[in-house]
Amino acid sequence: MPADTAAPGPEQAYFDALADGRFMLQHCNACGENVFYPRALCPHCGADALVWREASGRGTVHATSVVRRRPEQGPPYNVALIDLEEGPRMMSRVETIAPEAVRIGMAVTAVIDRSGDDPVVVFHPAGGGA
Amino acid sequence: MSGLRGAASIAGAGTYGLGEAPGQSELEITAGAVKAALDDAGLKAADVDGVFCASMTYNMGSLTLCEYLGIAPKFSDSSMIGGSSNLAHLLTAMMAIATGQCDVALVAYGSNQRSVSGRLVSTSRPDPFESPYGPRQPITSYALAASRHMHEYGTTRAQLAEVATAARAWAAMNPDAFLREPLAIADVLNARPISDPFTVRDCCLVTDGGGAVILTSPERARDLPRPPVPVLGGAMAHWHRAITNMPDLTVTAASESGPRAYAMAGVSVEDIDLVQVYDAFTINTVVFLEDLGFCAKGEGGAFVENGAIAPGGKLVVNTNGGGLSCCHPGMYGIFPLIEAVRQLRGDCGERQQPNPEIALAHGNGGLFSSQVTLILGTDGTL
Repeated sequence: MPADTAAPGPEQAYFDALADGRFMLQHCNACGENVFYPRALCPHCGADALVWREASGRGTVHATSVVRRRPEQGPPYNVALIDLEEGPRMMSRVETIAPEAVRIGMAVTAVIDRSGDDPVVVFHPAGGGA
Repeated sequence: MSGLRGAASIAGAGTYGLGEAPGQSELEITAGAVKAALDDAGLKAADVDGVFCASMTYNMGSLTLCEYLGIAPKFSDSSMIGGSSNLAHLLTAMMAIATGQCDVALVAYGSNQRSVSGRLVSTSRPDPFESPYGPRQPITSYALAASRHMHEYGTTRAQLAEVATAARAWAAMNPDAFLREPLAIADVLNARPISDPFTVRDCCLVTDGGGAVILTSPERARDLPRPPVPVLGGAMAHWHRAITNMPDLTVTAASESGPRAYAMAGVSVEDIDLVQVYDAFTINTVVFLEDLGFCAKGEGGAFVENGAIAPGGKLVVNTNGGGLSCCHPGMYGIFPLIEAVRQLRGDCGERQQPNPEIALAHGNGGLFSSQVTLILGTDGTL
C-alpha cells in the first residue's frame, strides 16, 4: 500500500469516529473554514490542510419536511436540514417530538443514534424539551 | 451579444409515446421520437453526424442510441447533469456545429419508466450523508427548499397549488397531455400527502415518452421544410449536487444561467413572449420565475396567484401542461424545449399563442442543481 493512502480516507475516518461515539467535523488550517461532509480537499480554498475537530453538537433547524407513507409502510417521519454552530449544514432528522412539530429556527442538539445498522447523527430539541 | 448567438437553428422536433407506452423499450420510444423529429425536419438518419443522448439506464447513451439507429457520428455526447441534460446538449451541439465538428445534430431522450417501474428511477449511488435519513428523493429535497421559501417569504401552499392548476388548465388544451381533467386548488391541497408541504399534485408525473430535436446551421435550416427556430442564447450553471449543499435554498443557479443567456441573445425579460420551465414540483415554477427575472425574489408566490400563469393570465408559462400535467418520463428537459419550438412555429392548435417571436426554455437537473436556459426565436429575430 502506498504511504500516502495508508490511512483511511476522510469519509471512512468520519464513520469510524462516529462508530466510536464522536461526531467530527473538518477544519481547514489554510483558510479557517469548517467543512461537512468530509472531503480530501477544502471546498473553500482547495487546500489539503483539513484536520478533525469534534462538533459542538449545537445546531438550528434550517428547513424541514415530513415524509408521509401509506399506513402499512409505517408512520410519517421528519427529514430536516440542520445548520451546525460551526457553519456547515447537514441533513438529519429531529427526534423526540412529532415530525410536524419541527420548526425552522428551532435550536437542536446532536445525538448519535445507534438503533439502526450503522450509527447516525440525529438531533433533539435543545434543552431536552419534548 | 456573443459569438454563439444564432450559430445553429432547430430544424425539426418530435415526441413519441407520451403518457403510457406499455410493451415499448426505452430505445423503441427514443427511436420513435427520433423518427418524428427527422420526418419533421425532412431529413434521414444518414444525414445525422452528431448525436447527443443522456439516458437514465444507459450510461453511454449516445453509443447505445447510435448503434441502435445505425449512425456512425463524427461527434457525440452522453453527458448527464440530470433533467437539464438535453438542453445542455443543445449548447454543446451549437458549439460542435459552429466549429465544424458536425453538421446535423440529433438531441434525443426517451424513457419507459412508468410502464417498467411506475416511479422515478434513480441511477445514482446513494449519498452516504443523506440516505440514512430516508429522504424520498427527489421529492423531499424540493420539499425542503419549499419549506424555506415559505418560511422566508410567506409563500403559501395555495400559491404553490396555483402552479399545478395552471399547468392543468393548459394541459386541457393539449391532446398529448397525460392528465387533462379539471384540477382545483382544493384538489391539490387535499391530495395524498407525500413530503410536506407537497401532496402528490405538487409533484410531476411519472410517464413514459421520448423527445428529439434536430439542430443544424441557420443556412441549412432555411432549406428544410419547417420554419427554422434559431437558438439565440444559451447558458448553464450549477452550484451544488445535493440539496444540503445548495448555498441558498430559495435561489437557484438559474439566476446566473438566465442573465447569461439573455446577454448572449441580446434580449431582456420584457422581450420574452412565452416561458417553458422545468416544473418538476410546484415550487420550481415559482422559484424559476423569480430567478429568471419575471418577478423579484420572494414574490413568485404572489405572482402566480389568481390564474396569472394559467391560460389568459399575465404571463404565458408551460403551455403543454408541463411536467405536472403533460408528461415526465424521468427527465423532462427536452419537452419544454420542444413546446417552445412548436409555439414559435405555430404548431400548437388550441393552445397556440398569437405570433410569438422569442421563447425561453429552461431546464433543471438534480436537486435544484443544474440549470440551463435557452432563448429561442423565429428566423426573423436572427
